[in-house]
Amino acid sequence: MTNNRSWIPYLLILPSVAFLALLFIVPLLQTIWLAFSDNGVPSPANAQRMMADINFTRSIKNTFLLTIAVVPVQLAIALVMGTMVAKVGRGRETILWVWTIPLGISDLAAGLVWLSILQNSGYFNSLLLGLGVLERQASWLSYQTPVALFFAIAVAEIWRGTAIVMVIIVAGLNQVPREFKEAAEIFGAGAWTRFWRITLPLIRPALQSALILRTVLAFEVFAVVYALGGRNFPVLVGEAYNWQNQNQNYGVAAAYAVLIMIISLAATLIYLKAIKVDPERLP
Amino acid sequence: MANIVIDRIRKSFGTFEALKEVSLTINDGEFVSLLGPSGCGKTTLLRIIAGLETSTSGDVLIGGKSVIGLPPKERGLAMVFQNYAVFPHMTVYENVAFGLRMQKADDARVKAQVEKAAGLLHIEQYLDRYPNKLSGGQRQRVAVARALAVEPKVLLMDEPLSNLDALLRLEMRAELKTVLQSAGTTTIYVTHDQTEAMGLSDRIAVMHNGVVEQVGTPVDVYNYPATRFVGGFIGNPPMNFIKVPVTNGQVAAGSEPLTAPEETGNEVILGLRGEAVQLAPLPLGLEMKVRVAEPMGSHLLLTGSIHDQPVRVVLPSSETVRSGDVIGLKLDPNRITWLSPESGKSFPAATA
Ligand SMILES: Nc1ncnc2c1ncn2[C@@H]1O[C@H](COP(=O)(O)OP(=O)(O)OP(=O)(O)O)[C@@H](O)[C@H]1O
Ligand SMILES: [Mg+2]
Repeated sequence: MTNNRSWIPYLLILPSVAFLALLFIVPLLQTIWLAFSDNGVPSPANAQRMMADINFTRSIKNTFLLTIAVVPVQLAIALVMGTMVAKVGRGRETILWVWTIPLGISDLAAGLVWLSILQNSGYFNSLLLGLGVLERQASWLSYQTPVALFFAIAVAEIWRGTAIVMVIIVAGLNQVPREFKEAAEIFGAGAWTRFWRITLPLIRPALQSALILRTVLAFEVFAVVYALGGRNFPVLVGEAYNWQNQNQNYGVAAAYAVLIMIISLAATLIYLKAIKVDPERLP
Repeated sequence: MANIVIDRIRKSFGTFEALKEVSLTINDGEFVSLLGPSGCGKTTLLRIIAGLETSTSGDVLIGGKSVIGLPPKERGLAMVFQNYAVFPHMTVYENVAFGLRMQKADDARVKAQVEKAAGLLHIEQYLDRYPNKLSGGQRQRVAVARALAVEPKVLLMDEPLSNLDALLRLEMRAELKTVLQSAGTTTIYVTHDQTEAMGLSDRIAVMHNGVVEQVGTPVDVYNYPATRFVGGFIGNPPMNFIKVPVTNGQVAAGSEPLTAPEETGNEVILGLRGEAVQLAPLPLGLEMKVRVAEPMGSHLLLTGSIHDQPVRVVLPSSETVRSGDVIGLKLDPNRITWLSPESGKSFPAATA
């Protein structure tokens, strides 16, 4: 009886599929067409122009370096924060609430916050001057100090984007029943072993979600970089923005957009394969 | 060597007192059951001994040394959790091996021990599987095997056989007993099931509302319950409690009056095991009005009243009594427990 009604599930997801098609797939196809056509005929010209640009390799390198530097640190910090807050009894909600404040700040605003700290007349320099560490204002964000600039952007990104990872990790940790850790403790596992052998494997689904989300977002980094480094630190989305607005060349901008999408999809695929979630092995 | 001394342990959760001064000594190699109704604090006591919960006050000594403040892994014990706590992300083999791996045992020893424990609990065929694919009873046996595999000095088991069918439970019970006895493991065994407690234990501790009401051998606890609760909780049918008047230190029961303990006032409670009676002609025996007679095959179960108070007694199946009969019963004076109507505690066995 249920068999001849197998179309019902499809009917039920039809509205969301239609919605997605309209607002996502159509623009996506348009973007892809824009990237791979020239005056209405298919052509690799835009892609070639993108790759020939002097900022192309730099923006790829910067984006990847930033992602590689930021995501693992964010994951580690989020795990530490999540583990710590799990031990807190009273005031747990307050701590979580404070920790998630950066989530509520737009990325451009976050960039500006860090700009006010790190610019030449910013709080950081004032502090160092006040302590006598520095003799005169140092500049951290110029093209002459690429390491300091990279570091500043990474710190700002970590500050801004860790909360989302933490929220997912905390949700994952809450799903792990206490008795697994207790049983491990009884049978002789120390805190470290419990974390690696029990907690981490049991929060695999949360780890996977957090990593995918955070990595995809890291490849799309833009506003914080723009606020702190301007054009001194080219990244992929920044280049797309420049081609779109400054150069008014939608074709090359679309080529960048497609490239970012391919990288994100590849990263997601890698995570899905690398951190396998086997429902059979979950609580 | 690995005796356990529980010394005046108290545990409060907020204003609720889960354990109220529990003291209990378990000798080296002894098998003691904690028996009691749901919510009486059995799991809480085990968790305090294991170090998973901190007591509000009191001391726990294992092998003569206080373990208060020691983390669980330094207490040298293994535990079977009431809700199994079998690791879902490890195969049954790795679950059973977990304790040995933590002790850095070499692979040969791990393999030998795992196979031994798995064989004992009949889970060899599931060793490669993940626990999620097992039934509740199979998972429970994995939890028991995991604890046995480390051959602990002290073993705490929280209702380890509760999910098995009757036949398997009977078999597992016997095997557990054999293994633990030959290994000389000091065991605390939590159970609801009184036949299990009676069958397995060297001694039984009956708990009620956070208090140990009585500790003793199964036979003692059965025959000489220390309190009305113990008598009512143990035995099937439970002990009968009949409030009877006392005149000149004697209680009328048919032709032969019974001697009540000296401490009693005008009334005393007569605790009577259902099977400690014999059928007697009416004027000689104590009068019982039978409401329902149920021939059970092995025995005859009678439900009715004595002195207008409900009782259940058991007679040999050879007797014929019908519903609605009024019969006489001769009580075995050696198997009567006298209890104070005020405190519900029993008087020391005067007749013995
Ligand atoms: N963490 C806790 N917080 C508050 N109350 C608790 C806590 N743990 C146990 N209790 C209470 O303490 C009492 C004893 O609980 P415990 O789990 O020891 O019972 P038990 O004898 O093992 O029962 P069962 O046979 O049902 O397993 C119960 O009333 C329970 O509600
Ligand atoms: Mg319990």
